[in-house]
Amino acid sequence: MSVNLTLLTVMGALYACGIYLILERSLTRVLLGLMLLANATNLLLLATGGYAGLAPMFSKDTDPRDYNDPLPQALILTSIVISFAVTAFMLAMSYRAWVLAREDEIQDDAEDRRVAETPSFDAEDDSVIPAETSEFPLIMIGSDGGGMSDTPGGAATVTVGDRTLNADDAAAEEQPGSRNISTPDQEGGDR
Amino acid sequence: MNIASFAPLAVVLPLLGAALTFLLIRQSRAQRTVSIALLSLTLLLECLLLASVWGGGTSAVNIGGWLPPWGIVMVVDQFSSLMLVVSSAVSLAVLIYATGQGMADGDRDAPVSIFHPTYLILVAGVSNAFLSGDLFNLYVGFEILLTASYVLMTLGGTGPRIRAGVTYVVVSVVSSVLFLISIAMIYGATGTINMADLALKLADLDQGTRTLLHVMLLVAFGIKAAVFPLSFWLPDSYPTAPAPVTAVFAGLLTKVGVYAMVRTETLLFPGDTLNSPLMVAALLTMLVGILGALAQSDIKRLLSFTLVSHIGYMVFGLAMSSVAGLGAAVFYVAHHITIQTSLFLVTGLIERRGGSSSVDRLAGLAKLSPLLAVLFFIPAMNLAGIPPFSGFLGKLGLLQAGVQLGTPLAFALVIGGVLTSLLTLLAVARVWNRAFWRKPEDADYPDPVLLAAPGSAATGERAGKRNVTLLPRTMVGSTLGLVIVGVALTVFAGPLFRVADQSAAEMLDRTAYIRAVLGEDARVPALSQPATEGSGK
Repeated sequence: MSVNLTLLTVMGALYACGIYLILERSLTRVLLGLMLLANATNLLLLATGGYAGLAPMFSKDTDPRDYNDPLPQALILTSIVISFAVTAFMLAMSYRAWVLAREDEIQDDAEDRRVAETPSFDAEDDSVIPAETSEFPLIMIGSDGGGMSDTPGGAATVTVGDRTLNADDAAAEEQPGSRNISTPDQEGGDR
Repeated sequence: MNIASFAPLAVVLPLLGAALTFLLIRQSRAQRTVSIALLSLTLLLECLLLASVWGGGTSAVNIGGWLPPWGIVMVVDQFSSLMLVVSSAVSLAVLIYATGQGMADGDRDAPVSIFHPTYLILVAGVSNAFLSGDLFNLYVGFEILLTASYVLMTLGGTGPRIRAGVTYVVVSVVSSVLFLISIAMIYGATGTINMADLALKLADLDQGTRTLLHVMLLVAFGIKAAVFPLSFWLPDSYPTAPAPVTAVFAGLLTKVGVYAMVRTETLLFPGDTLNSPLMVAALLTMLVGILGALAQSDIKRLLSFTLVSHIGYMVFGLAMSSVAGLGAAVFYVAHHITIQTSLFLVTGLIERRGGSSSVDRLAGLAKLSPLLAVLFFIPAMNLAGIPPFSGFLGKLGLLQAGVQLGTPLAFALVIGGVLTSLLTLLAVARVWNRAFWRKPEDADYPDPVLLAAPGSAATGERAGKRNVTLLPRTMVGSTLGLVIVGVALTVFAGPLFRVADQSAAEMLDRTAYIRAVLGEDARVPALSQPATEGSGK
């Protein structure tokens, strides 16, 4: 099987540009990169069909050296159709993203950032129990729960990093949901 | 002419349904009837297929009369028919759940009317991927289901969904391009893309080329199956989609990737040298996934991370390439599809009832809705692998196979598997403690719904609409049905394990598959490294 060198060079260039572009943060460039990658792959498929210039026609008595392998061309057709559909969808999506955010950059995930910023101290799991929390208070010990406290006398404290906080303050510091970061109002309303 | 020649109907029926529901786009009632009827019919057909291959063995259908290795072949063997039945049962349950949600919210018009056709196309793509007997048709199956999933992922086009959709679409397209590149390279190297034919011809290539093709395919499928380090996209994109969509994605899409990995590993590259890297990837997938789950406070994100983590178990079973290991992996896939989907469906119900899916806000649901608590508790314990549930049986099978294999790496994976199971228990117990057991007053930011007097509110206000039924009967019913199927997997674990072990033995042997496609006189090469026989269950 002989391979067309021009085709190979073009394919390599397309792959290189495509990979460079999909590493960008701008959605339009990513889209362009994906289109280049898809077309480079089509060229790769074409290259597997043998040297260009012969017709991919076949009848029972044709000599194998007189026609091109038609199968890769069928594969390319399918892959062109698929990449067309995906490109159309991505164009619609990037337009929608632009309508919503007025910018082309891919946004960070708000929940991701919130989880990353959450301190390893979890007020509910890790703080010392400052008072009796049972539904059935042990009246024998003290109805105010004072007898149940881990730290005798005074409020419970918690060491967070290099600070020492009152347990109640520590509980207040950890705020759940997506409230403690400022995001422009969340659409969809499913949080 | 046996029932197996109707296998292409498993793809055609959902596609037909998609066309019909698209025509009926203004009549939501007719849409519902058509899609549920056609999906039930598909499920029935697939049950018959499973029954026929259980006794009769593997069979192949040549589409359009073109003979393999040139034409498109659909192959029904035990593994693919088992996957078909489980996936259709799960997608039917999710479809009923979704129609229940649509009816309860009174969404009579767009964009939900596009849901039915897209959903059926997704099901057709999944069936096509499970049935296809050549690599390119597998690629087409992947593209059908992925394109449908792009639409479902961004349903409604809200800000968070578009943001998550961008990640999802770009990563999926890149993995598809990788898959297509490997197909082109395989075709260039061997001149065929029929999998049975490839099984014969790949053996003649030199080792370096084989390894290159092998790694390319594994990376492409690894992205789709969310194997660490290619799993970063999944927890970012799944949680924002609507609850039924997340449920069906979590149940099916990654499993199609796992299916493709199992198929290529056993059929195309048997006894190859990549088992140790796969085992390391499996260990890291399990541990990194579950540690991620522990850090989350949103239930949907937490479940997405457990999904990634439990893919590791399946890859572990696959990497052992023994009958016991692969059989346990097949069983685990069937179990995990059902359980993970039902957990996501329950989370959808929790979100409706409690107003949020963050464990920092939820509280006291056990008192508010005991049924919801039961529906969450059973699959959650099942996922964590508490005896006697099927999760325990699947993990036990994997661990036994690992101990049987006896290499240091296998023992490391056995330890990692036990640790992951325990950490999964910790993660779901945290959800249980907070969302179900603690009092609403103890939550830092409880939803107002939770502070209302218990039992008084069957309807509530959601997203600006008043009198929304919080727990519609169809949604609870379909979730309950899926939970019962999950329990049934436990009850019938014996026969199921037998099917799984049989299908594993058949896949490792390869003779039945190759003969079914290429005819009885096909020359089946001996394996370079004989598969170790596992003890039967």
